[in-house]
Amino acid sequence: MGKIASSSSKGGFGGWINDRLPVTQFYKDHLSEYYAPKNFNFWYFFGSLALLVLVNQILTGIWLTMHYKPDAAQAFGMVEYIMRDVPWGWLIRYLHTTGASAFFVVIYFHMFRGLLYGSYKKPRELVWIIGMVIYLALMAEAFLGYVLPWGNMSYWGAKVITQLFGAVPFVGDALVEWVRGDYVISDATLNRFFALHVVALPLAIVALVVLHIAALHTVGSNNPEGVDIKKHKDENGKPLDGIPFHPYYTVKDIFGVGVFLLIFLFVVFVKPDMGGLFLEHDNYVPADPLVTPALIKPVWYFTPFYAMLRAVPDMQLGALIMFAAIVVLFFLPWLDRSPVKSIRYRRWPFKVMLSLFAVAFIVLGWLGMQGATELYKLMAQVLTAFYFFYFVWLFFYSRNEKYHEVPTRIEGH
Amino acid sequence: MTDNVNKSRRTLLLSTGAVGVVGAGFAAVPFLKSWLPSERAKAAGGPVKADVSKIEPGQMINVMWRGQPVFVVNRTTKQTNVLESLNGKLKDPDSEGSTQPDYVNNIYRSRKENLLVVVGICTHLGCSPKYYPDLVPQQFDTEWKGGFFCPCHSSRFDISGRVFSGSPASRNLDVPPYAFLDDNTIEIGNDGEQA
Amino acid sequence: MKKLLLILISLFCTSEIMAAGGGYYIGEKVQTNIRSVDSLRNGAKTYMNYCMGCHSMDFQRYNRVAEDLGLNEDEMMNGLVLTDAKFTDKMTIAMSDEHAKKWFGKSPPDLSVIAKARGLDWLYNFLINYYADPKSVTGWNNLTLPNASMPHILWELQGIRTANFEVSTDEEGNELKEFKNFETVEAGKLNEQEYKDLARDLVNFLDYSSEPAQLIRMSLAPWVLLFVSLFTFLAYMLKVNYFKDIH
Repeated sequence: MGKIASSSSKGGFGGWINDRLPVTQFYKDHLSEYYAPKNFNFWYFFGSLALLVLVNQILTGIWLTMHYKPDAAQAFGMVEYIMRDVPWGWLIRYLHTTGASAFFVVIYFHMFRGLLYGSYKKPRELVWIIGMVIYLALMAEAFLGYVLPWGNMSYWGAKVITQLFGAVPFVGDALVEWVRGDYVISDATLNRFFALHVVALPLAIVALVVLHIAALHTVGSNNPEGVDIKKHKDENGKPLDGIPFHPYYTVKDIFGVGVFLLIFLFVVFVKPDMGGLFLEHDNYVPADPLVTPALIKPVWYFTPFYAMLRAVPDMQLGALIMFAAIVVLFFLPWLDRSPVKSIRYRRWPFKVMLSLFAVAFIVLGWLGMQGATELYKLMAQVLTAFYFFYFVWLFFYSRNEKYHEVPTRIEGH
Repeated sequence: MTDNVNKSRRTLLLSTGAVGVVGAGFAAVPFLKSWLPSERAKAAGGPVKADVSKIEPGQMINVMWRGQPVFVVNRTTKQTNVLESLNGKLKDPDSEGSTQPDYVNNIYRSRKENLLVVVGICTHLGCSPKYYPDLVPQQFDTEWKGGFFCPCHSSRFDISGRVFSGSPASRNLDVPPYAFLDDNTIEIGNDGEQA
Repeated sequence: MKKLLLILISLFCTSEIMAAGGGYYIGEKVQTNIRSVDSLRNGAKTYMNYCMGCHSMDFQRYNRVAEDLGLNEDEMMNGLVLTDAKFTDKMTIAMSDEHAKKWFGKSPPDLSVIAKARGLDWLYNFLINYYADPKSVTGWNNLTLPNASMPHILWELQGIRTANFEVSTDEEGNELKEFKNFETVEAGKLNEQEYKDLARDLVNFLDYSSEPAQLIRMSLAPWVLLFVSLFTFLAYMLKVNYFKDIH
């Protein structure tokens, strides 16, 4: 009430608006008077970059739907229609396909930042959990979008992934049929996947991103030192080690956007297929229910989990393991019991284990793209075991972890 | 010192902002241009051939071109003889404000005196006018000398597609580009300049 | 951080090598130049004369090819195209799928995006590695695609060759065939180098056809990146300027 009164006293058009919608207050709360720690480093670019990619996906996505038809008989041709007949359609499509991969690159960096600096810890548990839900929604979104070009990998990928629902006890087979809307992947499947991809999931993702940022701005941002800047404030109540997000981090993030665009647009204009990594060779063959591609594999961002799925000889167990690999991340705020947030003040066992964990994840990703030889399968089994072992180890190790003394303030840098 | 910082900051803000705005402008181009007719639409909207040898005098055929009707009328001399006399009743008898190629800038509004080729879309709100060929009094005009009447909002056009005063339509019926490939065939959508 | 980037980069590179080499025979790599209009025109000519009898290019239009290859309507439709198609038509063919299945056992694939699906080296090696094989239905076989259902359409140009294999038996008693060399039975109209050039130009045309936009894409790339570099440089200066405030 007091706030509204004070802004309305300005009068004029701004005052009139502010009396009815607190735009100025919103601007202050989230930009000009949102105090962020002054020591953000490289890893802190990825949040704003994720937002940029989201906008890119929504914008290019809207434009793609203007030229695409979710019809099994036409879908493959529609993509080529966009690539050839629609003016600049090729650029809009490449921005979207490259954007999908860029989204996961950015998100994986963003998540790893959380692991490095303990950003998931109290009081930011909800920020982390909402973030994990976004990650899940994003995976669903990416999978559904991958089906739309109706290439042979789209078709067989959709077949394999929907088959996973068959792992559900008792109702599995009925569930698979329900998801597909047919006895096989068909026009009905394509149609519902389209609806989910262009309306339902984007809506959910945008809403979740709003919650993610709202939750973050309630508790404030973490930083590479893992120091709580709210503990030391000046006489006006401003954190001594904080700087207003706007203009300082807006200009810094704009620089980050520039560097990102340089890499992103290089891929879009020079190497949009990324040698088959972003756009797979087999997906340039129209969907054919009679011919399975020699090597069925998901796009690179799913391959770590795909490797886990394949590592287990039993389908139900494999699906369970894969699912657990994602679910376990939700519990990270309670698995890591150390009071220290940042890796900077944790000792070598944690540093070594986190590095191994990252390497395991990347190698699993690589394994997920290869044909399943015995050696690779064994490697995937070992690494999957390590993936889960990391969390068990962390739970016990972090309880009585020895650590370096954490400073109370952020030193000048 | 502070003044210097402020000055260079201002310069940098302006230049970064300017480059950013130009970049956003460039980025908007593909999105805006993707709404233009695609190659498929252009191919479908290509020139259309029509055989005009079988149109009886006084009769009209409808040819689809770019998804709209094009009226092709084989006018009788009886119909075209009245054109001059109607000039006083028309909004734009000399077709100065109409959409038509230069080669039909004559009272017949056609390449050949008898053969009228016009887009059958009323220039008022886009209905398709009806063809009333006979020079007999009509409900909507007791002095009717043959032409087109739009049932939507009662726009009246003479047999050259010129609009009568008192009609809601303000422009004569459009004449599409067309050319005679030979005496019997016209091609609509082709100026005949390349051929 | 840097280590992670390095790993990521090396990951990209390896996967690309993986995509290039597979279980099929690649004797030599092909060097194409999509900027060479002459090469593309030669390839288009070969395509129209030899391939398009059976292989459609359903997503490509004649006028687009003409524009990108610097040909006018007359040069394209009367000089290159053998059918009476319209200039704005897509490069479809009259043969129906049923007929094709009856004649060849399976319908010849549409080649619009074949270069994206198979890769240039595969296509090139497929074109140059035909040999006569009396045991095959068509009388032809192929090193790169064994038991290909497509006969050697270009045999008049390449000539007739047979292939010599070294047959050995491994420890488990399986017969292994290892390719040794080709033997020319009847010379073709072209010598070996001329034939390889023809195959290269055809592959180049297929590469172009798989994504006509790559011509404009690649020519825009330097300008786009230059512009973004300028923006990034200014943004960096601005960021440095603002962070002078922070101590």
